[in-house]
Amino acid sequence: MTAVLDATFAALADPTRRAILARLARGEASVKDLAAPFDMTQPAISKHLKVLERAGLVSRGRDAQRRPVRLEAEPMRAATQWLVTYHQFWAESYERLDSLLEELP
Amino acid sequence: MKVIVGTGRDIVITREFAAPRARVFAAHTEPDLLMRWFGPHDWRLTVCEIDLRIGGGWRYVMHGSQGQEMVLRGSYLEIDPPARLVTTETNVDCHARADHESIATLELTENAGRTTLTNTIRFPTREIRDAVVASGMDRGVAQGYDRLAHTMETS
Repeated sequence: MTAVLDATFAALADPTRRAILARLARGEASVKDLAAPFDMTQPAISKHLKVLERAGLVSRGRDAQRRPVRLEAEPMRAATQWLVTYHQFWAESYERLDSLLEELP
Repeated sequence: MKVIVGTGRDIVITREFAAPRARVFAAHTEPDLLMRWFGPHDWRLTVCEIDLRIGGGWRYVMHGSQGQEMVLRGSYLEIDPPARLVTTETNVDCHARADHESIATLELTENAGRTTLTNTIRFPTREIRDAVVASGMDRGVAQGYDRLAHTMETS
């Protein structure tokens, strides 16, 4: 679990990769489509895509010409879940601390 | 409760309590008190060992409703009651590697009998912190992120 999250978080640490994911959240795209708004070469984008692919955050289509890139929801869901759980841990603990503090003399 | 992203590898939690800070501090350092509040609602803190001195260790064992077990442990770096408590923390199960140690700084300020708690957690890697930043910046990335942001702004 932690190894998977480490890969996800490492992939998310880069702003370009986050922007690529944000773009893919609107639908699949080719490397050319993805390179256009970033003022980056296609090889540079491909490098970022490899990191995202290794983290399981995106997958590539089979179409040999275009090989469209699409978002994979599961690792993102796991990373988000980790953070939600973290928040929940403290929110629920502190609610119980409220009650305890009321009872203390 | 508010969770914000600090500088570097930090996440900062702030929360107000309707009690003087001496009580809030005690609730963080006395095992019989900690056992009554620490952990999410479906977990119980079953073992709570505290050696409250600089360099002294602490160890919490928690049990979930499905029989899961989680062990947290660390040591005390600074103890300044009722204002400040700095500890190291390792989640024994999740972070098998020794470098996965976070540092938690608890700061308590008091105003008119109410306490503002600030819990700054410095994570072992910047990636975790950056993922939180990502959650705020790229809301379109995944539907879950909206829920996350919402959760973090409320309650």
